[in-house]
Amino acid sequence: MTPEPAGIVVVGASLAGLRGAEALRRGGYDGPLTLVGAEPHRPYDRPPLSKHVLAGALEADATRLPELTSLRARWRLGSAAVALDRAARTVRLADGSVLAYDKLLVATGAQARPWPAETGGDLAGIHTLRGRDDARTLRTALVAGPRHVLIVGAGLIGCEAASCLRDLGLPVTLADPHPAPLANSFGTFVGGVIAGCLRDAGAVFRPGTQVKAFEGDAAGRVVRARLADGSALEADLVIAALGAVRATGWLRRADLMADPGGLTCDAACRARAADGTACPDIYAAGDVARWPIPLYEGRLVCVEHWGNAVEQASHAARNMLAGPGDQRPYTHLPAFWSSQFGINIKLVGLTAGADSVAVVQGSRASRRFLAVYGQAGRSIAALSFDQARWLPAYAGAILAGAAFPPILDATDQPRIERADPGFSPSRASASAPRPVEVFHA
Amino acid sequence: MPDEVLPDEALFTAVMNPASRADPYPLYARLRERPVARQHDGSYVVSTHAAIRALLFDPRLSSEDLPPFKRPPTGNPIRDWILNPIRSRIATAHRPLIFRDPPDHDSLRAAVMREFTIPRVQGLRPRIAREVDALLDACRGRGRVCLVEDLSYPLPVSVICELLGVPESDEPRFQSWATQLATALEPDARHDVETRRRTVAAFDAISDYMRGLIREKRRRPVGDMLSGLATLRPNGLKPMSDFDLIATAILLLVAGHETTVNLITNAMLALLRHPKELERLRADPERAPRLIEEVLRYEPPVHFRTRKALGAITLAGETIPKGAPIILLFAAANRDPARFDDPDRFDPDRPDIEHFGFGGGLHYCVGAPLARIEAEIALVALSRRLVAPRLMQDPPPYRPGASLRGPEQLAIGIDGIA
Repeated sequence: MTPEPAGIVVVGASLAGLRGAEALRRGGYDGPLTLVGAEPHRPYDRPPLSKHVLAGALEADATRLPELTSLRARWRLGSAAVALDRAARTVRLADGSVLAYDKLLVATGAQARPWPAETGGDLAGIHTLRGRDDARTLRTALVAGPRHVLIVGAGLIGCEAASCLRDLGLPVTLADPHPAPLANSFGTFVGGVIAGCLRDAGAVFRPGTQVKAFEGDAAGRVVRARLADGSALEADLVIAALGAVRATGWLRRADLMADPGGLTCDAACRARAADGTACPDIYAAGDVARWPIPLYEGRLVCVEHWGNAVEQASHAARNMLAGPGDQRPYTHLPAFWSSQFGINIKLVGLTAGADSVAVVQGSRASRRFLAVYGQAGRSIAALSFDQARWLPAYAGAILAGAAFPPILDATDQPRIERADPGFSPSRASASAPRPVEVFHA
Repeated sequence: MPDEVLPDEALFTAVMNPASRADPYPLYARLRERPVARQHDGSYVVSTHAAIRALLFDPRLSSEDLPPFKRPPTGNPIRDWILNPIRSRIATAHRPLIFRDPPDHDSLRAAVMREFTIPRVQGLRPRIAREVDALLDACRGRGRVCLVEDLSYPLPVSVICELLGVPESDEPRFQSWATQLATALEPDARHDVETRRRTVAAFDAISDYMRGLIREKRRRPVGDMLSGLATLRPNGLKPMSDFDLIATAILLLVAGHETTVNLITNAMLALLRHPKELERLRADPERAPRLIEEVLRYEPPVHFRTRKALGAITLAGETIPKGAPIILLFAAANRDPARFDDPDRFDPDRPDIEHFGFGGGLHYCVGAPLARIEAEIALVALSRRLVAPRLMQDPPPYRPGASLRGPEQLAIGIDGIA
């Protein structure tokens, strides 16, 4: 009697895990399929959490993702994977159970970077925003009517939250070490536009501000933030929007190229062992995967965006079902969107490494524009503020490696002037993993 | 000239020929062989689904109907006015948003969309149903229905008048103006001096009419769209100028007169040619929406629109030079076998129906939801109330327009009105 095959185990039951599992079934995989999720929830959608859910327009529970294919899967929800044994081909879960696999898809995603406990991170009133439960808790705290909300970190989540909170009429201060909001994503040239939106919306933006610690009252509730210059900011509710760390803690002893910056893969989405060889039975997709992106000279990137989770998971699933001689490289043009201050923001490409930027349609003053980022004379990214209809043309130009700027003689095109995008010189090191380890728990 | 000896560069001239009106589709099939086909007048006909889709989202595609600058623009409006007086005068005259580019187009369209809301359009359903019934009641006792004059034309006219707030009693006055202005949308209209003269006269007349009406709406705003547009104070934006307001009102009125008529008539023609589909609709009115979508693909009310290349555009192996006119042949893309299975078959049940029946891109028809509702209600009523309908003449006579294409008349023999 042959033993029953262990089948495929997908660790991570969010967007990438779900879409990967669906792609496996659509690809004809008929064997056992198990999805492991740290949270007790079925897969849900995250983008609405920092928008409609905070605003109260959507219940946190109403964000469940549609399941597009019949999965016929075993769900192991509410029990995180805590260890991987590659030799035995098993995954151990927090509840002590052990799952055997023939092939493994790692889709554990990332977690909000927490504020360290030793500088006040465990005070009541300090929130992060990553999961459905975070959003529900934060929404409840907002409804209670905080007197001073401080958002630390003016990235996408910080700015979306600020926009939402101002719509709710709450007093908001947004503090960031950079000179402009969204400086890491877009540079200060474009970030300045969001600074104007924040001002018009009545939020206080504090550039160049380093928060050192939070201080609480006798009951252990946050009352103020202590800044690097010694001054203090009153705050009875804090949102720590410090970015994410990849959930790779459970892979610590698996002898893979994994650290809080991600799990390194080869071009075919196969996880790399510590010695650099690709594991034929372990694939990764979504926020957790660090992969060589062909469009940008094979640079290793984690693309923490919705579209990548869907596309990379489908691609990994395809390769998992294909033979070793038919492993196709993953080519993807990164893209993401945000909505804040009534503006639809979309970016295609990667801005990292840009040495110039130009507004090619519209104007920053009108807050409706298309900006293209260039590097060494080549167009590498295009950013739209309420002009997304034109993005496909610019995406095509970026894929084709077009010169910078890529499209001339467009409608509503100003005189094209190259500008310094205003990325901080320490950007590369700032985005490198900091030594804060978070486990997939 | 038989089709097979027509040179590729003359295909669009053949499309314009009234003899092609009843069945232009074989010409479209030949045009699709070259997705971007240069014509002998220097224009480029774009006819495949993929090529049109790519162009609609190309920022170098312009709808501006302005003559080119005689001298390069300086960016200073006063200097430009002095250097390019004729162009500048045209630029500030009445030009509706279908002939405008961003950013002006966007603010005008946003203003229209604030008024042309889904609840407002949905609210017209009972009113449309009553009108359809009254128009069909009027045909009682006759052995035939002349669909265009009995229903397809008067229905959208009365609906757009109601929506805009134009007194329907004035309708006979602007009917001929609307027809004349629609003629001006055809590409050959500009070449003919007499057509141009009549178009300008119609435009002046309808502008005077609208100016008066808008003045009245400003003085005494009521709940209609024109009152809304005339008194609109968008957030932080300046109100619409009188020029823009008049141009917008005329556009909506003409569009209401000249497009939905084709949708309803083409749909009924398709149903009479496919009696099984007519029978199925009668049995199940829920089929109406998908039926209308298939008509929009199979026999769209507007076959093409023209644009201009602001810069050189390379597409499907052809480079369209800067300044060249571009004809987006939507009706050909709707029958592109690379996009639709068995495209020449009328099949309301096809699963994939992403058509260009309302155009696409930033100039996508603002009236689409209204047109769909009107056609849906009209077709359901026709399927239920015409007793033993049959086509009296096939093909029917067509109106002259190649772009706004549809039957001049559709005579339907009946045994009565139910």
